[in-house]
Amino acid sequence: MSGSAVLLQFLNGLAGASSLFLVAAGLSLIFGVSRIVNFAHGSLYMLGMYLAVSLSGTLGFWLSVPLAAALVAAAGLVIETTLLRRIYKAPELLQLLATFALVLIIRDAALWAWGPEDRLGPRAPGLAGAVAIAGRQFPQYDLLLICLGPAVFIALYLLLSRTRWGTRVRAASQDREMAAALGVNERRLFTAVFALGALLAGFGGASAIPREPASLQIDLAVMSDAFVVVVVGGLGSIPGAFLAALLIGEVKAFCIGLGYSELTLAIEFIVMAVVLVFRPWGLLGRPLAETRGPGTLQPPLPAPSFLLLGGLAVLLAIVPVFAGPYTIVLLTDILVFALFAASLHLLMGPGGMPSFGHAAYFGLGAYTAGLLLLRAHLPMELSLALAPLAAALGALVFGWFCVQLSGVYLAMLTLAFAQIAWSVAFQWDRLTGGSNGLIGVWPAPWLSSKQAYYYLTLVLCLGAVALLWRLIDSPFGYALRAGRDSPLRAAAIGIDVRAQQWAAFGIAGLFAGVAGALYAFSKGSISPETLSVPRSVDGLVMVLLGGVQTLSGPLWGAALFTWLEDSLSRGVEYWRAAIGAVILVLVIAFPRGIFK
Amino acid sequence: MSCKVLIYCLFIAVSSDAFGQGQSIKIGELNSYKVFPAFLEPYRKGWQLALEEINRSGGVLGRQVEVVSRDDGGTPGDAVRVAEELISREKADVLMGTFASNVGLAVANLANQRKILFLAAEPLTDKIVWENGNRYTFRLRPSTYMQVAMLVPEAARLNKKRWAIVVPNYEYGQSAAASFRKLLTRAQPGVEFVAEQAPPLGRIDAGAVVQALLEARPEAIFSALFAVDLQKFVREGSTRGLFKSAAVVNLLGGEPEYLDPLKDETPEGWWVTGYPWREINTPEHRKFRDAYQKRWNDYPRLGSVVGYCALYAVANGIRKAGSLEADKLIAALEGLQMETPFGGILWRPLDHQSTMGAYVGQLAKQGGQGVMINWHYADGAKHQPSDQEVRALRKE
Repeated sequence: MSGSAVLLQFLNGLAGASSLFLVAAGLSLIFGVSRIVNFAHGSLYMLGMYLAVSLSGTLGFWLSVPLAAALVAAAGLVIETTLLRRIYKAPELLQLLATFALVLIIRDAALWAWGPEDRLGPRAPGLAGAVAIAGRQFPQYDLLLICLGPAVFIALYLLLSRTRWGTRVRAASQDREMAAALGVNERRLFTAVFALGALLAGFGGASAIPREPASLQIDLAVMSDAFVVVVVGGLGSIPGAFLAALLIGEVKAFCIGLGYSELTLAIEFIVMAVVLVFRPWGLLGRPLAETRGPGTLQPPLPAPSFLLLGGLAVLLAIVPVFAGPYTIVLLTDILVFALFAASLHLLMGPGGMPSFGHAAYFGLGAYTAGLLLLRAHLPMELSLALAPLAAALGALVFGWFCVQLSGVYLAMLTLAFAQIAWSVAFQWDRLTGGSNGLIGVWPAPWLSSKQAYYYLTLVLCLGAVALLWRLIDSPFGYALRAGRDSPLRAAAIGIDVRAQQWAAFGIAGLFAGVAGALYAFSKGSISPETLSVPRSVDGLVMVLLGGVQTLSGPLWGAALFTWLEDSLSRGVEYWRAAIGAVILVLVIAFPRGIFK
Repeated sequence: MSCKVLIYCLFIAVSSDAFGQGQSIKIGELNSYKVFPAFLEPYRKGWQLALEEINRSGGVLGRQVEVVSRDDGGTPGDAVRVAEELISREKADVLMGTFASNVGLAVANLANQRKILFLAAEPLTDKIVWENGNRYTFRLRPSTYMQVAMLVPEAARLNKKRWAIVVPNYEYGQSAAASFRKLLTRAQPGVEFVAEQAPPLGRIDAGAVVQALLEARPEAIFSALFAVDLQKFVREGSTRGLFKSAAVVNLLGGEPEYLDPLKDETPEGWWVTGYPWREINTPEHRKFRDAYQKRWNDYPRLGSVVGYCALYAVANGIRKAGSLEADKLIAALEGLQMETPFGGILWRPLDHQSTMGAYVGQLAKQGGQGVMINWHYADGAKHQPSDQEVRALRKE
């Protein structure tokens, strides 16, 4: 690259960093104060884009941006006061479920309001052209964006460090119970912070329309970018988010400038993994203060009821006698997801380690089964038996790094590893079949009928769940729970907390791999979606719906979620929104999971 | 399945007009309506129009046609479950639909396993008829390879030496790039490829990509970008002056789904494949366009044509077979000739690909809207590799 090419790519990186920072700052603020992992942040950004594009038709671009941002802030206000406020006291991560439901609802609402076509916004009047920099043309609007990021950063910095309100926000993010005890009105503070975060998201979206069309897919993409920036920077740290946005913006621009554009598929996750391995709390973050309250108290789990499991097995075994063939197909899916959810539950519940990337092990199992069958030409039975071992191995490798961290950082590192695994499957065309995946992964002839395969799934899944439950009820399970509830005391009585957690990763990976391999043979093909973020999120939703603090909850959560998706997508036009609405109702009615 | 086939055979054996009073013919349709709504809403309207026309004229084999339509959730795993539901609960006689290549391939694979005819309407991947092709799967749209082959003569005619490539980073983009390199080098020996960019689908960092292309100083660019990526690329490229110095050839760029959002920023002079619905005035297209506009009060997109033709292909196949038995349907579809809004097409017995073509032309602006000019219809039959090559790929 010539000197001027370097300069231009540097400026491109700065412009990208600015828009990243705008979304990430709001997310970081919200997390810092209310500890809510706001999945819907990208949806608020998308809302800002759509509103700005439609308003700019009548009001012009410059007026539409602040107005759209204000409208999104108002939407944030409504969301906080009608929904989130009701569930602050619920177990951590349940808010995540609620905001996930909002993602589904907002996307379908946008489809309903603005239609399916992408909407390219206007150029910014007055800044529509380009200026010559180092003999190249550079968009004028990008220069404005480059200034906008630092300007917002300084404004936020002043707001937080120089005003009374800012002091309260900082106090609440350090120790919210103490702040409340000192007379800070928590409710009002939370509402204001959420609205401010929404304002920033809306502003980020609205100010992006000269560079990026409003489309329905933007929400999750922006959300994951913003998450990465916030975590790399350190949760709750605005300067950290600024630094991280710069880092990621520049790394991306230079990947493209140097001709490694394929790397941009997962580069931010690679950056995140590297940063978290060396700095467990992000670039400028600090260890999180413990939150106190009913959400964090983990009552002891009841002893596993093998009677229930046995009864269930008998019941499911006689289903094929009277049910139609499709019921069997659906039940096979439900069983596979139930095992997937149960394996995730081992990490999230007794392990206290939220995993946002559990699909990695599911996918590893599925891919290994497929590869052994198609590329190594092993018999199907052997492929099915060996695949979980590969998943366990993957989980042990990833888990070794993950158990060095805790809380949301740990969750984000699992997500990073899952994304890296996904991009490898997606990119390695010759081995994994790339984006199309592996085709023709069918079971052996004696298992090829739906019934036979259903019974195989039934035996393996319920058997695996029984093993998992037994493990949770064993000394290992108790040691794991001790490490979750009080790492210090557990260490003092001689428990190697990290070793227990690491083992839990391996075991959870193993069983997720069983589920993945069963899934592969039931579908006949595998593609990278088996390792993707949505698959991981589905797992989280199943566990949270059923209840993290229960044993059988994840099974019911998996059954309910799969059945809902299946039946609603058939009859309801806006079925995603319908699923979102059902989840919201359940979250508000049963904040500890349906089966608690 | 075999049980059902037996019942149908009995029907035919016992009485030839058993069909007359029989229940309707069920076509199981599945597509990612909520993931790709911009293409698939018009697609749905297309097959609905065809369905109404077919049933108004008395149905097929004296029976009404019923389409059971499902959202496939946009992932192969969910799509396979939905297809299973269509086969086993709805007792669909034929499957039709899908958009993304990975979903199309997964359903094709299932169709082969369950021995049911599957008409893949949209997926572009070459593999669905070649490497992973199977007896039960037919594909309507011109494949990635075919569309690249249609554009290569125009690219060669530009007579540019230094080419850059920009494609979305997934199978469609990769195989478009590979086919383009191969076919252009053959058509124009000595051509140089000076840069290749493969941004993630839907996530192009257009400023940086355009800058990187500029640094390579190409004389021409081959792009397979579409939808959001295309819009961002066009805006950044024109602001930064990329298109002043380089001619562009863009796969799919003239399809109304992707062209219309560009409005007055439509880049002029690009060579594209697409669908100039306003200007095609053949009697068969005019008939389709009038019927579509009358029914939906909207103009047809390419998706509309695909949906319309897909359902007609299924209906014509059943009519020719005189049966719903998969083997007879396959025999009927192989070599079936039929009329479409784009003119006559043939279903190739060799690889089950239809010879539906695409329109190749240049982009221009008219009244603040993007249109195609200097266009011609590129017949799909003429843009195929040799039969030998296809046979080698199909491994059947």
